[in-house]
Amino acid sequence: MIYREAGVFKTSYDADMALLPIPMDKYFVIAVTLFAVIVVPFISNEYWLGSILVPVLILSIAAIGLNILTGYAGQVSLGTGAFMAAGAYMGYKFVTAFPDVNIIFGILAGGVSSAMIGIVFGAPSLRIKGFYLAVTTLAAQFFLIWLFQKQPWFVNYSISGVPTAPPREIFGILVTGAEASATARYVFVVCFTIALAWIARNLVRGRVGRTWMAIRDMDIAAELIGIRPLQTKLSAFAISSFYCGVAGALWAFCYINTVEPSAFDINRSFQILFMVIVGGLGSILGSFLGAAFIFTLPIFLNNFFGVLGLDVSTATIRHIEFMVFGGLIVFFLIVEPHGLARLWALAKEKLRMWPFPY
Amino acid sequence: MTVTDQQSRIGEQILHAENITLGFGGVKALNDISFDIRKGEIRSIIGPNGAGKSSMLNVINGFYQPQEGTIHFKGVPYRPMRPYLAASNGIARTFQNIALFRGMSTLDNIMTGRVLKMKASLIEQAFYVLRGKKEELEHREHVEKVIDFLEIQAIRRTPVGRLPYGLQKRVELGRALAAEPDLLLLDEPMAGMNLEEKEDMSRFIVDVNEQFGTTIALIEHDMSVVMDLSDRVVVLDYGRKLADGTPDEVRGDQAVIDAYLGVTHE
Amino acid sequence: MEFLQSIFVTPFVEIVDSPYFFFEVFFGGLMAGVMYSLVALGFVLIFKASGVFNFSQGVMVLFAALNFVGLLEHGVPIWLAFLITMAIMTALAFAVERLVLRHLVNQEPIILFMATIGLAFFLEGFGETLWGSEIKPLEVGIPNDVWFMGDAMIQQADVFAAVVAGAMVTVLALFFHYTRVGRALRAVADDHQAALSIGIPLNHIWIIVWAVAGVVALVAGILWGSKLGVQFSLSVIALKALPVLILGGFTSIPGAIIGGLIIGAGEKVAEVYWGSVFGGAIEEWFAYIVALVFLFFRPQGLFGDKIIERV
Repeated sequence: MIYREAGVFKTSYDADMALLPIPMDKYFVIAVTLFAVIVVPFISNEYWLGSILVPVLILSIAAIGLNILTGYAGQVSLGTGAFMAAGAYMGYKFVTAFPDVNIIFGILAGGVSSAMIGIVFGAPSLRIKGFYLAVTTLAAQFFLIWLFQKQPWFVNYSISGVPTAPPREIFGILVTGAEASATARYVFVVCFTIALAWIARNLVRGRVGRTWMAIRDMDIAAELIGIRPLQTKLSAFAISSFYCGVAGALWAFCYINTVEPSAFDINRSFQILFMVIVGGLGSILGSFLGAAFIFTLPIFLNNFFGVLGLDVSTATIRHIEFMVFGGLIVFFLIVEPHGLARLWALAKEKLRMWPFPY
Repeated sequence: MTVTDQQSRIGEQILHAENITLGFGGVKALNDISFDIRKGEIRSIIGPNGAGKSSMLNVINGFYQPQEGTIHFKGVPYRPMRPYLAASNGIARTFQNIALFRGMSTLDNIMTGRVLKMKASLIEQAFYVLRGKKEELEHREHVEKVIDFLEIQAIRRTPVGRLPYGLQKRVELGRALAAEPDLLLLDEPMAGMNLEEKEDMSRFIVDVNEQFGTTIALIEHDMSVVMDLSDRVVVLDYGRKLADGTPDEVRGDQAVIDAYLGVTHE
Repeated sequence: MEFLQSIFVTPFVEIVDSPYFFFEVFFGGLMAGVMYSLVALGFVLIFKASGVFNFSQGVMVLFAALNFVGLLEHGVPIWLAFLITMAIMTALAFAVERLVLRHLVNQEPIILFMATIGLAFFLEGFGETLWGSEIKPLEVGIPNDVWFMGDAMIQQADVFAAVVAGAMVTVLALFFHYTRVGRALRAVADDHQAALSIGIPLNHIWIIVWAVAGVVALVAGILWGSKLGVQFSLSVIALKALPVLILGGFTSIPGAIIGGLIIGAGEKVAEVYWGSVFGGAIEEWFAYIVALVFLFFRPQGLFGDKIIERV
């Protein structure tokens, strides 16, 4: 009887519609949040904070973004990397153009620019659906990366073409760039992540979320009850791209500390898509689980062969990684399209019954 | 129901279709059809398969554009009508092959019926404040009334894809009702149901009409059900109008007996 | 002003000034287009017969080529290597049907699409784990001399590739029109339900069509591999078959071929004459942007079926 919802009676729709209607869930999430913000920075070392948690959290934001588009609104995208790049480059432009403005606005500016670009590339989605979008989003992927790479304006005519992320402070503490401590970068990123995840939850369970899912499940019926397809799809593209843009900006400013196109190539797009599939289509929690899983799997594989004492070349490990990813995608799509998030829900179901399953 | 009852219930013309012609390539699905629907009545469009019933509904709904003819709804003529415009003008409908949002719960499905009445900005929704919160609560309350009315409280949280056919039909009716439409279009609401489910559905249709005063236009090919429910009936065959009148008048019409009853039933 | 001139005037002046060079560029582009056509062709076959948008078609090209070149490196004669690789591609078709498609029969198309992305990753990893990922030259006796037409230089290998591709399309056309299996495939493409009801088992159709697409991939892989070497980037280049499909329509074989030629010639000409104006390498995205623009005006493609929606 560790986890229970029996005996919880709601007396108002307000209570029933709260984000986490079951007290257990509420306390759990609050505890995790506090733990992540306050405790983790003290108990983790530089490597865990800077090389695992920061990238996983940033990729989670991108995964939430893609999940909004694909999992909730049903529109496939293979251009996630490009939308992240848009966030990174435009964030960089904003931050260097307005050096005195708080870095938070710089990151958000990256997100907003990416949202606008997302709307442009989402526009054909009115007339086409499903996998046609794969092609238009690939257009975004190849065109945008080319644009940022070839047009020196985007990097302020930097000679190397790969500018470093400018250092910026919040409350006098460096949070971006190579000089910033892992702890500061982590706290900065985790706050963004929590805020964006909370907003995403509010969106998907409210009016706009229902219109996305309606378009996903049956677009004609949705139109016949008064949902405007173009507006709905474009809002999904815009918000999805906003999340990806913020993630891209954070990636450049708080993780790799440079603004470079290779960080956002087509493999990044696939990586995020895999996170969404493995984590669970149509689940915010799943976006986190998927990001953590897909990001750490290669690290695990590397160590795995080392532990076994097998001398496997890094190239071969990379090929095996591809096989494992491909196999996992097919496996999850067949066995559990709702991904890790669904497995989590099942575990909770079990826990509710425990220790008396009948 | 007495005659005076019926007359007080039924009011002005709400929809008036004149000389509607709709063709696909060479085939005329509708040929010069005219009829009207009055406020508060249950109006049926019947006919054998391929008679053009669904096409008629799709024209009213704005899904198809007729080549000729005009429709006035609430006294205003249709310009080229898009489905979402029809919806915002107060026309809601159900479908012959259920068109629910399979991945969403019963509650969310019915909540989509309220979409047009919710005005909160994206920011308000994102932070669940002001109208974002207020509207969710208000509309939830209304939707709960619909759920009570249709007696589907128990399946509130179930994804509709998992529900049996009869219940799905009921949820779909709920979604249309949640929009509080001025005109409710029902496309074969009893298709594929067993007798008991048909009786339930008939009861809901009559109750909707009486309790909420909703004008209903329904399509059916099962004559027996329709005759008991309807105030007036239009009979279509091969895209043409055969007869129009009260159930009794239609039943006695020779053309109808020949074309429809004679062949498929008695 | 100068910029506009470099877009709207200078390139055309150059074309008129040296028509032979233009012809050379154009012809080279057409030949690259043949390769796109071949990938798109395998794609259309699968899409028509099973409604699956097979993202892995490009990787199948790489996978087939890897196996073929791997066998050659182990001293297997060319004809035998070809047959063995055909067998491998057929076995792959069986495996895909048994392990993937069968379990996803009633799923949304988008789920199937994503499953083929998974398949693409798996095949790529599998092929490279088996045979390694370094660039492998492929030498199967395709002539590599040049002909001159006036001042224009024409690669014999390109002409050879075009002839082979043409021959294969002809064989496929004959196969579809005159064999029992071919007719069954066409029946399924026209109407799944009807085909099922007259007793054509869908599973067999899938296997056959994936196997045929596998063989098409093998031919494409050999032609391509002998030009560029067998390497990972083949699968990225093969992605350009997707915009080709948008142009040609997802269900049209002539569309796939003509679309491929248009994209191939178009991107080469654009790169050579306009690329430098925009900073070069516009080949990378030219095909996609053309497809994107095309979608606004003719979403069903040049030859595709018009999409009619019903309630």
